[in-house]
Amino acid sequence: MSNNYLDIIRPGINTTFQDKGRDHLYHIGIPFSGAMDNRNYLIANKLVNNNLDSAVIEFAYQGPHIKYSGEKINCAITGDVIFSIKKKDTEIEGKCYESYQIENGDEINIISTNKSVYGYLALGVEFDLKFQWNSCSINTKANIGSNDGKRLDAGQRINLKKINSNKDIKKTNYINTKIENIRVIKGTNFDYFSEEGKKIFYEKEFIVSKLSDRMGMRLEGPKIDNIVNTNIKSEGLIKGVIQVPADGNPIIMLSDHGTIGGYPKIGVVASVDYDRLVQMSPGSKIKFKEINLSDAETLFKLYEMETQNLLSQI
Amino acid sequence: MIKNISNLGDAALYCDFGNEVNKSINSQVIKYFKTIKEKKFEGINNLTPSYNKLIISYDLKKTNFKEVKNYVENINAQDSKDINSKKLEIPVCCHENFSMDIKRLGEILKLSREKILENFLNKEYFCYMTGFIAGMPFLGDLDENMRAQRLETPRVKVPKGSVALTEQFANIYTFESPGGWNILGNTPLDVFDSSKEDKPNLINPGDTVIFKEITLDQYKNYNEQ
Repeated sequence: MSNNYLDIIRPGINTTFQDKGRDHLYHIGIPFSGAMDNRNYLIANKLVNNNLDSAVIEFAYQGPHIKYSGEKINCAITGDVIFSIKKKDTEIEGKCYESYQIENGDEINIISTNKSVYGYLALGVEFDLKFQWNSCSINTKANIGSNDGKRLDAGQRINLKKINSNKDIKKTNYINTKIENIRVIKGTNFDYFSEEGKKIFYEKEFIVSKLSDRMGMRLEGPKIDNIVNTNIKSEGLIKGVIQVPADGNPIIMLSDHGTIGGYPKIGVVASVDYDRLVQMSPGSKIKFKEINLSDAETLFKLYEMETQNLLSQI
Repeated sequence: MIKNISNLGDAALYCDFGNEVNKSINSQVIKYFKTIKEKKFEGINNLTPSYNKLIISYDLKKTNFKEVKNYVENINAQDSKDINSKKLEIPVCCHENFSMDIKRLGEILKLSREKILENFLNKEYFCYMTGFIAGMPFLGDLDENMRAQRLETPRVKVPKGSVALTEQFANIYTFESPGGWNILGNTPLDVFDSSKEDKPNLINPGDTVIFKEITLDQYKNYNEQ
């Protein structure tokens, strides 16, 4: 057995292992999963000299408190996160987007995300995890992935298989930009809604509800009136789809979404805004802004170039 | 044939095969699904066949709407020879411990418990699609006099194995999940098994399913045989 391991003192609210997720499984009912905020996931891995598709620990709101035992390793946290690192005689306030070296007996205490939802803890190691369909991503709904598909729990020990030999300390200056306008492409049932409903969708503010998780984000606001049918024949969904059920409150499908749904689709969030969308915490205001397909494609290309550029500078 | 192709967001194709739900349209959907799945087009990362639609999602870093649409429009969808389609018998226990909504169904359909079970059991149902939750099969079609709407307030927890009805369809809850279908019974079979990565689903689109009734004792002993 490995002599390097983590003990979970406090698990946090929704702490899971995530990686790039799994594909080619929608037809059997299994969604992508994977890190919610892909850009912060990639940066976290780069900061500790990992392969970019390595497993990280994702947390939401309150993060885990972890004690490390073993030889020296690097760690880094990305997102907008308040945390501390406790060493033998000192406790330092941690900074995101910087890697730290931790050694036997050190503790990482992730207190909370700041006006955002998800944060990422990467360690310069290979965790000893079970993979299902080439991914260790935990889908707590279907109990798929590492840790028997369950979120991390207090008292648990996580073994590390391998430790990176490259222990270079890295740092980058990245600031998570917040946006209020989420760009959307018209959905396949856009015409199911009244003229007034369509106007409300693009012009009014919606509030992110507390009933939001890795599966979906529920919104509250003025009701969007359906004039055709509040149900459609069930069909496939993808992440970012905005469904409006009979009660008129939109639900946005997120990474662990059900693969099939029967509510009309008013819009789909443009891929360029997905990472920022998932970071909007309950109570945040959202406004939707329509863009066309070709603009969405161009904007995503630019976003992707920016991500690659950020990674190459680390 | 595909009647219309449009975009679902910026990373998926929405292929519309028509508005009706029937075996012949669904067979077309499955034909395209199987053909595209086998060809492994670079960038396509998921296919979701449903009653009368096929959603093809792709990695926007590798391809785009125009390329995938062009590919799908020019594809020669092969008639799958149904070598993969199976006929399955699913044991179901309709003891009152499990048939939570049979009274409700009786009131809506104006049928006795016995008549409901007689109408439902020992008939062939076609698997149109699987999904929503992992491995859940959508089976049809129920007789006209067996069709009821879903519950007005969905249950927060539907037990694993529940066999349930809504409109012209039956399904099986592959694990505990929220849901609003009318529950008629429960199967002791594992309809989804994530440890079998090659074939996690017992029932796949195109398969035929027959429900056979078992007693409560048979149900209890089922997994001990």
